[in-house]
Amino acid sequence: MTLPRTEPGEGQATEARIRWQRRHVLATDDWSREEIELVLQQGEAMLEVLARPMRRTPALRGRTVVLFFAEASTRTRVSFELAAKALSADVVNVTVSGSSVEKGESLLDTVRTLQALGGDILVMRHAASGAPYFVAERVASAVINAGDGWHAHPTQGLLDALTLRSALGDLAGKRVVVVGDVLHSRVARSDIHTLVPLGASVTLSGPPTLVPMAWRCGQTPRGVDYEEDLDRALEGADAVIALRLQRERQEAGLLPSLREYAHAWGLTEERVSRMRPGAPVLHPGPMNEGIEIDAAVAHGPRSLIERQVTNGVAVRMALLHLLAGTPAEADPGWQGAEPPAMSRR
Amino acid sequence: MTVLLAADDVRRAIARIAHEIVERDPDPSAIALVGIRSRGDALAARLREAIRRNEGVELPLGALDITLYRDDLTRIGHAPIVRTTEIGFRVDDRVVVLVDDVLFTGRTIRAAMDALVDYGRPKAIRLAVLVDRGHRELPIRADHVGKNVPTQPGDDVRVHLVEVDGRDEVELVQAGVPV
Repeated sequence: MTLPRTEPGEGQATEARIRWQRRHVLATDDWSREEIELVLQQGEAMLEVLARPMRRTPALRGRTVVLFFAEASTRTRVSFELAAKALSADVVNVTVSGSSVEKGESLLDTVRTLQALGGDILVMRHAASGAPYFVAERVASAVINAGDGWHAHPTQGLLDALTLRSALGDLAGKRVVVVGDVLHSRVARSDIHTLVPLGASVTLSGPPTLVPMAWRCGQTPRGVDYEEDLDRALEGADAVIALRLQRERQEAGLLPSLREYAHAWGLTEERVSRMRPGAPVLHPGPMNEGIEIDAAVAHGPRSLIERQVTNGVAVRMALLHLLAGTPAEADPGWQGAEPPAMSRR
Repeated sequence: MTVLLAADDVRRAIARIAHEIVERDPDPSAIALVGIRSRGDALAARLREAIRRNEGVELPLGALDITLYRDDLTRIGHAPIVRTTEIGFRVDDRVVVLVDDVLFTGRTIRAAMDALVDYGRPKAIRLAVLVDRGHRELPIRADHVGKNVPTQPGDDVRVHLVEVDGRDEVELVQAGVPV
């Protein structure tokens, strides 16, 4: 499982053919394949920085990255902080108690405060789908979505793609199973919107009550299908991504019991062995061991969960560096796709 | 457009620099070559091959990308692309010869030195370039030069190498003169 490497002297081979024009990273659903590949290739270059004895470069010296997390997060926030610091940016943490920013109006107040702080790049997580779009229209900073409601978590999708690509090579024709609470999962949506453009297909699995109605009735997006039976979904698959069972988002009645969930959709050694030999297992963390994934799988030879953590820092470094180089007038925000309606979920 | 170095001139310049590098530091085992992407790395690989033929020693070879050390991120107007740096050896206590195609303002070399010292503390850093075209903006000079060329600041020195461009040639395109 080595990264694709070029020999010294072959620099041109990795030269990207497109120029990065985006001002914000809100979701990857309107990205081209070339844009996704550019970020992954830049992420690979950043992995080399993270492997050095001196894990810091001066690229963003004098720039300020504001981390505004209005929803609980440890690993994503720390990952962004490490990424910003590895590029020598200054980091400002703004934590807001959940209740004060749950309404649109108070989010606007918060935005004004953040605007006054004068950060160059604003990384935000919010419980409301679409909140980063609302903010991107109102601040001068570049905005990176670190997770908005059920909608999107683009850096997770990109780090999963980087991790899968380093294990499987080209993802064209590969089939990736995403299992768990798809309905409430922004990770599942961002994985779909990153892996499918790269040529992979995604098989969703999980309780029918935790899959969007249209998807379980056969109206899935291009490159995606739904298979309720996890054993069948895993048969011959190239990789599996287990989603965290979001206990904090469970509404009464969607799950019979955690035990029953674990029995039907938990990843066990017996189940993962139905995939191709050596097919990797990913999990965005934090894990509920014994529910969606057994400890033996999480810490077993197929697990790339620790690799995901490193790749997450690298992908976020790549995005921070790309955005820092994009002038403010380059891009109004998103192209083509409609921003999701602001909704409380 | 003037041809400054034809393919044979490029070959001879590299052969001469290969000799100079070893003359300067008689213990070749302490030398390492690091090429600056994206043409210096090709030149460094050729220098290593020439030194291997002449001296029978295989010098460590690295490739350096200086994008993260540039001083013009806000000036260039688009996001620069980072290429992978590969330095698979310890630089501590080695004589590291940086290799680049053209020496101009010296800013690339300043960035390369900053990058290199992040990998350790070399015994010395030297600089080998195929073309020195003058107009330095920093107090930097080359130790080994293929050809010194007087130019105007607006001129364009174009280095073509087989590994990247399919042919070996160095051209001078003068400012204001139609090609």
